[in-house]
Amino acid sequence: MSAAPDLDVRYIAQLARLDLSEAEIATFQTQLGHVLEHVAALRRVDVSAVEPTAHASAVFNVFRDDEPRASFPPEVALSNAPRKANELFVVTKVVE
Amino acid sequence: MRYLTTIGLEVHVQLKTRSKMFCGCAVEYGAAPNTRTCPVCLGLPGALPTMNAEALRLTTLTGLMLGCDIAPTCKFDRKNYFYPDMPKNYQISQYDLPLCVNGAVPLHDLAYPKDAQKSIAHPGKQVGLVRIHLEEDVAKSFHFENSTGIDFDRAGTPLMEIVTRPEIESPEEAFAFLTALRQILVYGDVSDADMEKGQLRCDCNISVRPETQTEFGAKIEIKNMNSVSGVRRALAYEIERQVGELTAGRPLRQETRRWDDAADQTTLMRTKESAHDYRYFPDPDLMPVHTAPLLDAARTRLPELPAAKRARFVQDYAISDYDAAVLADDRALADYFETAAKAAPKPKSVANWVLNDLLSALASAGKSIGECPFPAASLVEMIGLIDSGKISGKQGKEVFAEMFATGKTAGAVVKERGMEQLSDTSALEALCDQVIAANPKPVADYRGGNAASLNFLKGQVMKLSKGQANPALTGEILQRKLA
Repeated sequence: MSAAPDLDVRYIAQLARLDLSEAEIATFQTQLGHVLEHVAALRRVDVSAVEPTAHASAVFNVFRDDEPRASFPPEVALSNAPRKANELFVVTKVVE
Repeated sequence: MRYLTTIGLEVHVQLKTRSKMFCGCAVEYGAAPNTRTCPVCLGLPGALPTMNAEALRLTTLTGLMLGCDIAPTCKFDRKNYFYPDMPKNYQISQYDLPLCVNGAVPLHDLAYPKDAQKSIAHPGKQVGLVRIHLEEDVAKSFHFENSTGIDFDRAGTPLMEIVTRPEIESPEEAFAFLTALRQILVYGDVSDADMEKGQLRCDCNISVRPETQTEFGAKIEIKNMNSVSGVRRALAYEIERQVGELTAGRPLRQETRRWDDAADQTTLMRTKESAHDYRYFPDPDLMPVHTAPLLDAARTRLPELPAAKRARFVQDYAISDYDAAVLADDRALADYFETAAKAAPKPKSVANWVLNDLLSALASAGKSIGECPFPAASLVEMIGLIDSGKISGKQGKEVFAEMFATGKTAGAVVKERGMEQLSDTSALEALCDQVIAANPKPVADYRGGNAASLNFLKGQVMKLSKGQANPALTGEILQRKLA
């Protein structure tokens, strides 16, 4: 646990909309702690001369031209919808 | 106790691209529901996004127009949240490396609400910007009684977010900011920025504090405003509400409120305790962007901005600051005026006709300048007919009305109505002789010193010519003959 003191499984589960039991929380606290310990090995590497990046390969500007292409017909777009009506996906009422 | 108001805005602008931000689905307002979707914008597992180069160029162009610093490198991040309008459970946005930072929007007098233009607190104010970043719009939700319907046509539309510094001090300044910003966006052809169509949307952060207090008051966010005047009213309502709370000794806390336009009030949406934790991280599906080539492309598209156009109109066409501002308010109107002004010997009279007659005719017909029934050249032709004495100024108004109603050219209207003024001197002389011979009494009166009798005689000549005699010339001839 020492490698990841700020890991709050309960909070992360809530963000991920996961309903965990107390036993599961304990299990994941340990398991995720190990994962973070493993990643924490990076802290021992001197990266002061390395430019931060989110990618391993130095590839930039992968663009497409602004050309519209054919879209799904609505019946295909809606084919996986658990509920649909009037060509709309229908979900439990959400009001923020 | 006096209170100070601090306002910052977050403005979302849909970019004018043909296709979506990360997929090739068409961007089209008002299409039938769920007819512009694909695996990428539906968030189906495994679908991979690819950036639309034009959206990046338009955002870069916006940054240039607003004097921003364009970051040499930027990247896209995932903003995580659960909501049915974003089925992959994250929105692709830009977090710590946005495309543009800094910059400002200048507020000119005419950008303020009409009733506030006489009492502008800080003329020439510039509202500073924090950043402009690019993201994808979310789907549109329709709330029914027991369910919510989702249309993904809008999902993935390129959306630019412009964040101001907390430098706006009144609802009127917020109004002016949005008006001035909209104008610049339209000038750059970056967006149609129509608030009614949701192409420009705005969230406000507002706080009040006693003037003796240096730190900002609790920040209240207002959402759901869909017109510039709605923003002004929502802010005015909030200032009054917040000052009321503080005066009553009730401290304010950070919260998000919703503007209800029909009820003309804000209501509580959520408090700070339930604020989102988005867990941003770099999107591994998208490679970073070097902006140098985007900048090169955007520079070639940099338009003359409204402020520069106003100054140039005053300079080039000798019109007033106010007239220049009204003309430059709408890019299409400015173009129409300029086409006419360039072709006319007296640009000032073109400005008068456009500002007085054309604008009011358009307003009462409910038309935009793009729908003007006649081209700028026809207006120039009509003004030329007046200036050369072919028709009188009064007839000009008639010709204008007919041109506006039918789209006919000025020449055609004048010919059809037989309006051409009689300016042929010998023909006029003959008419004058006839009138003098037929009216000995007024002639004698005039010669006896009654100057008013000349008008009577002029009237007779006009009558005889069926209104076509050039009045000025007729007067001259009569005077000469009776001298």
